[in-house]
Amino acid sequence: MPWFARKQRLRCIVTKQLMYGTHAVGEAAIRAGCTCYFGYPITPQNELPEYMSARLAQIKNGVFIQAESELAAINMVLGASVAGARAMTSSSSPGISLKQEGISFLAGSELPAVIVNIVRGGPGLGNIAPAQSDYFQATRGGGHGDYRTVVFAPASVQEMADMTYTAFDVADTYRTPVMLMGDGMLGQIMEPVTLPKAKKKLSEKKYILTGARGRPARLIKSLILDTKEMEDHNWKLMRKYQRIALKETRFEGFQMENADMVVIAYGTAARIAKGAIKRLHQENKNIKVGLIRPVTLWPFPVKAVQDAAKQAKDFFVFEMSSGQMVEDVRLALEGSRPIHFYGRPGGVVPSPAELARNIARYYYQSKRRRKR
Amino acid sequence: MKKVYARPKSLRKVPMHYCPGCGHSVIHKLIAELLDEMKLRGKSICVPPAGCAVLAYNYLDIDMVEAPHGRATAVATGLKRVRPKNLVFSYQGDGDLAAIGTAEALHAANRGENITVIFVNNAVYGMTGGQMAPTTLPGQKTTTSPAGRNSRVEGPPIKVCEMLSGLENTAYLERVAVNTPANIRKTKKAIQKAFEIQQKNIGFTLVEVLSPCPTNWRMDPLDSCKWIDEVMSKTFPLGIVKEVKC
Repeated sequence: MPWFARKQRLRCIVTKQLMYGTHAVGEAAIRAGCTCYFGYPITPQNELPEYMSARLAQIKNGVFIQAESELAAINMVLGASVAGARAMTSSSSPGISLKQEGISFLAGSELPAVIVNIVRGGPGLGNIAPAQSDYFQATRGGGHGDYRTVVFAPASVQEMADMTYTAFDVADTYRTPVMLMGDGMLGQIMEPVTLPKAKKKLSEKKYILTGARGRPARLIKSLILDTKEMEDHNWKLMRKYQRIALKETRFEGFQMENADMVVIAYGTAARIAKGAIKRLHQENKNIKVGLIRPVTLWPFPVKAVQDAAKQAKDFFVFEMSSGQMVEDVRLALEGSRPIHFYGRPGGVVPSPAELARNIARYYYQSKRRRKR
Repeated sequence: MKKVYARPKSLRKVPMHYCPGCGHSVIHKLIAELLDEMKLRGKSICVPPAGCAVLAYNYLDIDMVEAPHGRATAVATGLKRVRPKNLVFSYQGDGDLAAIGTAEALHAANRGENITVIFVNNAVYGMTGGQMAPTTLPGQKTTTSPAGRNSRVEGPPIKVCEMLSGLENTAYLERVAVNTPANIRKTKKAIQKAFEIQQKNIGFTLVEVLSPCPTNWRMDPLDSCKWIDEVMSKTFPLGIVKEVKC
């Protein structure tokens, strides 16, 4: 038995343990009642399928399949989901592209699933360094058709665990695929984690396929040939997405009181931004820079950004990409405030000092501009 | 008076959309009869394909889930692993199984998933208008091989049963046809055997059914049936390709 699986047997003694981000996702998934994992190897997320292969073997009804491709993996998830199990798959950017077909079918057929994307640099094969290059793909649906995917963006190993746990509930509540978007850094670092409690009982699902004994046959599909019916289905999905946007939008504010300038960043970038802002506050107590960290990328915390604009004069978006989330910020602000963008694509992880320098430069420039 | 023939309960009382002379309606009926006779209706889950037979869910009165084109065996794998006691079968065409879904089918077979594949081979892509399929015969004219399939360029037709027979975990592979009453009876027996083997958890089962597509073959239904005997079954010989003794 691998060391990480052995360790879980001792979990009653320890409350906090040092874990890899990928392992934390796996363990949290199992505690959320996930019994099925299907995946295909790709760096930098291989530790997750490795973990699941060992852990699911210890669980009654646990199913682990190393699929022949990402396409097969996501469709096995679809099969397990329609059979009523909590199922998940994980991959990294190029693999997630392949999964988009299945994600679109999950959304169209209204089936829950959790998909983990440990993002790397791109496009193409790109590299295996931590990046945020898949924001568009994750938040704009990614696959074909008129749909949305809920996207969680953790920024620590603890959040990798907590959000995986929540993701399964959100997926089941709304019968929709949910994505957890980390990156190579979050997947590979080790941090202390308090794991969520194992769920004992999950609520019954009334739509799943079990064989039509003593009841009318059930049908799960996304093919709707009649245009009016298809339109109704599209509007039904859209109403669901509006409900999700209303109830599931999450964000974190940091040093937002009296902030003149608001930095917006998510995931690893938000962690660096926090470090940078702390640094700026140490250097100059009067500097008024805060941070909004979108925790759900879709639904994007539009209202939080708009509320911040009531007092903040400038916005600073930082991403480990060449500028993707910045478009959502622009949409939220509708041109009402200047937005500065700083990006490091390609898997470059800038230091808090580098970011602090850039924030400060823009902060003081715009302060001078306002005085003039 | 004794009733000797009736509509199977597992077959819905609705008119089918299939073209005159199409084999799908016959195969649907055989499956429905078997589900009734073997008392499997209440535990069956079917994964229909993309293509003409996607609408099988309008006809078969059992639990169904639609799969993306070619992924039926992957979906069936997920289903069966979660619900090992159910009878899980996919219903796939030649493009679905032998072109876009080859990897999924091959690996499900290699893992020995306890599922049954009803593989309907009509040598063309039917729904999309009769394009060349992986099983199109050499020299056969289709809308994308107007000069006839050239084996040197397009490759010879893929024999799915023979291809899968080399895999250790395939339990039962048989090729049948639905062009004559005798062959229809054999088809029913083959599907029955596949379902029985699945219930014994012995491994992957696949029944390849040579099925007429008069519309896209540009033939009348009778000629289509004759063509299966005279031409198609020369490339795709009927019979059991592999059966694991149990």
